[in-house]
Amino acid sequence: MTSSGASRRWNNNAMALLQISEPGGAPDPHQRRIAVGIDLGTTHSLVAAVRNGIAECLPDDSGKVILPSVVRYLAGGRREIGRSALAEAANDAANTILSAKRFMGRGLSDIEGRERLPYDFVDAPGMVQFRTADGVKSPVEVSAEILAKLRQRAEDTFADDLFGAVITVPAYFDEAQRQATKDAARLANLNVLRLISEPTAAAIAYGLENGSEGLYAIYDLGGGTFDISLLRLTRGVFEVVATGGDSALGGDDFDAALAAWALREAGLSAETPQDKRAVLVAARATKEKLSAHDHAELACPLSNGELSARVTRDRFESIVQPLVDRTMAAIGKVMRDAKARKSEVNGVVLVGGSTRVPMIQAAVGRYFGQAPLTNLNPDEVVALGAAIQANALAGNAGADEMLLLDVIPLSLGLETMGGLVERIIPRNSTIPTARAQDFTTFTDGQTAMSIHVLQGERELVADCRSLGRFELRGIPPMVAGAARIRVSFEVDADGLLSVSAREQTSNVEASISVKPSYGLSDDDIARMLTDSFSSAEQDMVERSLRESRVDAERMVLATRSALDADGDLLSATERAAIEALMAGVDGLRESTDHHAIDAAVEALAKGTEAFAAERMNRGIRRALSGRRVEDV
Amino acid sequence: MTLKLDSDDFELFAIDRRFGQSRPVLDARWRSLQAEVHPDRFAAQGGAAKRVAMQWAMRVNEAYERLKDPLKRAAYLCELNGAPISAEENTAMPSGFLVQQLEWRESLEEAATHEQLRTLAEEVGSRREAALERLERLLDVDRDYPAAAQEVRVLMFIERFAHDVERRLEALEQ
Repeated sequence: MTSSGASRRWNNNAMALLQISEPGGAPDPHQRRIAVGIDLGTTHSLVAAVRNGIAECLPDDSGKVILPSVVRYLAGGRREIGRSALAEAANDAANTILSAKRFMGRGLSDIEGRERLPYDFVDAPGMVQFRTADGVKSPVEVSAEILAKLRQRAEDTFADDLFGAVITVPAYFDEAQRQATKDAARLANLNVLRLISEPTAAAIAYGLENGSEGLYAIYDLGGGTFDISLLRLTRGVFEVVATGGDSALGGDDFDAALAAWALREAGLSAETPQDKRAVLVAARATKEKLSAHDHAELACPLSNGELSARVTRDRFESIVQPLVDRTMAAIGKVMRDAKARKSEVNGVVLVGGSTRVPMIQAAVGRYFGQAPLTNLNPDEVVALGAAIQANALAGNAGADEMLLLDVIPLSLGLETMGGLVERIIPRNSTIPTARAQDFTTFTDGQTAMSIHVLQGERELVADCRSLGRFELRGIPPMVAGAARIRVSFEVDADGLLSVSAREQTSNVEASISVKPSYGLSDDDIARMLTDSFSSAEQDMVERSLRESRVDAERMVLATRSALDADGDLLSATERAAIEALMAGVDGLRESTDHHAIDAAVEALAKGTEAFAAERMNRGIRRALSGRRVEDV
Repeated sequence: MTLKLDSDDFELFAIDRRFGQSRPVLDARWRSLQAEVHPDRFAAQGGAAKRVAMQWAMRVNEAYERLKDPLKRAAYLCELNGAPISAEENTAMPSGFLVQQLEWRESLEEAATHEQLRTLAEEVGSRREAALERLERLLDVDRDYPAAAQEVRVLMFIERFAHDVERRLEALEQ
């Protein structure tokens, strides 16, 4: 596969307004920020970028865009990443970590079928780890190796540092899994512009290429995760209507089910790490053959005998039927959440390597009563969509060619009396969002209240994932039920949650930015950074300075163009104050003190807040008056 | 007119302050507003613009959530017109409705098949439609807000029950 085969070009006729062009006030091309999209997949990973208005996957030295998500740890700190590691997967099974994504943000007890896997698991608090020839490794470190490899590839391609990356995650990833992904990016020295959902990324790439409008279902079955998302595409706005899935269901499970069947048939078992990996590799090859043939052999040598089985496609389908049924049940749930009828769906897009299985294409087609769209490469489309969003978030694209309105996949709530969960923000709420709810004290003279933040759909605390706890102290003593404690949840555009609580009569307040209990602490990250990526420090300082200078330049340019467009909103005094702050930033142009530059930029930001609010008002009035004709 | 974060939902969406609304208009207004205020629109600008944008985007989403849901919209209209719902303090329900509630609960407990649950869901659905029609008359024609608030409380019960029926259907399908 070549890189040109991986490119996506806008459809200029259908969506003229989506054309990517350098906006008039943008900084000069030398300061164009290099931003990439990364699809960090269970089985394989890709990096893509927008170059000359075209999103394309970046190839490695040998012209391959796909990097197998495999890391092999060797004694003495050496490691192999990608294809070479995959080649040794069966020989060196315990040291070669595949599908690390399945273990992100998960404890040992969360991992189903772990006895069939060839790893030496360590039951660490919070997240499971692997014992390897190079010591104990967490799934976060394994993922960081893969991300660093892709960052390197991108930096080599552009011969420059990256400004940042959009990394895709399954839509159904919870906060712990998302936090683990962010931690991996930090370890890999990547600036995360945004985590976006894989099906959403696919919809961006697909929608832009085809000029699509209307309601689209994205069925994304990868190596380890399953997502189903319903998106509405309207003139460049990508609105996630509802999303659902299973973050522990994918092609790996098909392989495991087929392998287990073959072993049972042959009366054999896979005991050693080598055997466990070998039978999974053989099952995967057989599954892939069955996509094109009616029958295939499943054969591999094991330490206690030769495994050999003939598998018909019918047999395979009956083995994996329960897994396919689970995906169909998830579709039903999403359609109910969206209150959408099948007939309203304009198109169904298949994403992920596992959708090559003919049975899945047939089942999805039958459900929606239409043939799924398969005119794009299911392996690449996610990375391409992420690259387009990365380019926009880096501020390179014009400001109004596309907009992504995403939702939270799982409900957020609080623990209440009796171990029950009170839902504050229901799943599928569009972000950014803020909600508040009032609670009261339970006993007379109660002066503190414990706030336990949870994520999930179940009624009982024990069945949901705990995201964090904090205490509101100093409530004045009152009779039970008299205090009014308002708990506010805020989810920003990145999907990050912060929670605050305030007693209304006394104004006592407490708050946290929620970091799941499963996330790594800053100390953990620092230790891992010094362990494996120690050369980074000097680079970081230089990089910070460069970033600060670019930010300063941009901030001044943005302010200048705001003054040009809406300067009439300001009095002469107000304008002079802003001009003075701009001069302050400009005066530090040659400075090497990035803290000083940052401070001047922040002062300018603060000093233009009221002006920004006025401009926002004008924008809203424009939205309401100018677009009336578009209303139905 | 100057819009502020504390403008009411109807002002923000530039629609008449009434219960009867067109969903396609609401959807289109929401998208145009988000297209103006979403923080991603200010990716190339500084922190000030992004902070203002975040507040506005949250406010627009809040208004949209309330306007597009008939129950929340009705409750909001009652509140704006001095007849708050206060469901905790007003638990009295029309007696005929209470009898129906009991019958529904019984049917739900006894329902064993998909078919029976569907029938029940349909019955609840048509009762909900009737309540919405009454609400529209009370709010937009009679402007009898206390009576509308009472109808909202009835509708809250209906929706909670409809939700329970849905959950049973879901459980049955899995």
